[in-house]
Amino acid sequence: MTIQEILFWVLSAVALLCGLGVIFSRNPINSVLFLITTFFAISGHYILMNAQFLAIVNIIVYAGAIMVLFLFVIMLMNLNGDVEPQKSRLLQFAGVLSGGMLFLVILAALKQVNVTQESVLVATDIGLIRNLGQKLFTDFVVPFELSSILFLSAMVGAVLIGKKH
Amino acid sequence: MPIQYYIFLSVALFSIGVMGVLMRRNAIIIFMCIELMLNAVNLLMVAFSKMYGDSAAQVFVFFIMVVAAAEVAVGLAIIVMMYRNVHSVDINILNRLKN
Repeated sequence: MTIQEILFWVLSAVALLCGLGVIFSRNPINSVLFLITTFFAISGHYILMNAQFLAIVNIIVYAGAIMVLFLFVIMLMNLNGDVEPQKSRLLQFAGVLSGGMLFLVILAALKQVNVTQESVLVATDIGLIRNLGQKLFTDFVVPFELSSILFLSAMVGAVLIGKKH
Repeated sequence: MPIQYYIFLSVALFSIGVMGVLMRRNAIIIFMCIELMLNAVNLLMVAFSKMYGDSAAQVFVFFIMVVAAAEVAVGLAIIVMMYRNVHSVDINILNRLKN
């Protein structure tokens, strides 16, 4: 096994186990910490695929900003495992069963797909900041500007909703 | 790495997110599971972009992250507002939007 395969399996195991930890831990704080670990594992996958820009953005935006926001909200509400609402065992079992069925169905559907190129380990540098920046400011400059308007409106909306009245 | 492994991993992560949405009652955890599903899609898109040597998909992943950040800001504001009114994040209580 090459070092890349070992890293792939380790990161995949971490991502899946922590993803399961997110949905099965009773304390919401633990869920948030598990989710942060999952995001770090996914960032590791991005680095493995040489998508360095997205790896950094994933850490800064998701693990940094969004999850801190979640942590703040949970701490603000003083949620813990004792006041955590639980669905009945039957409904939980039904949820796990339907999720597993979805997993099987998608896998069965994707098994029919013939992927022409076998490997994703083609050595490319498309994920570097230089290339993505050029792409972003030439081909995708209109969506980029529109997303700034989206951000502004989301910010105004969040402040407006969260305001006491 | 064969692309099949990445497909397998992404579908597994997505299904974990769906499971979480179906089996939890805490609105914040459901929100976090949605983030997990978005990240599974992002991972698959980066894998495909790597496979085809096209950077457009990575730009789209960037936009997905932007939209997710905006969504989290508004969604958490709504949850905080509802918590202020009904003192709970239980979706069985939150499903009554009237009163």
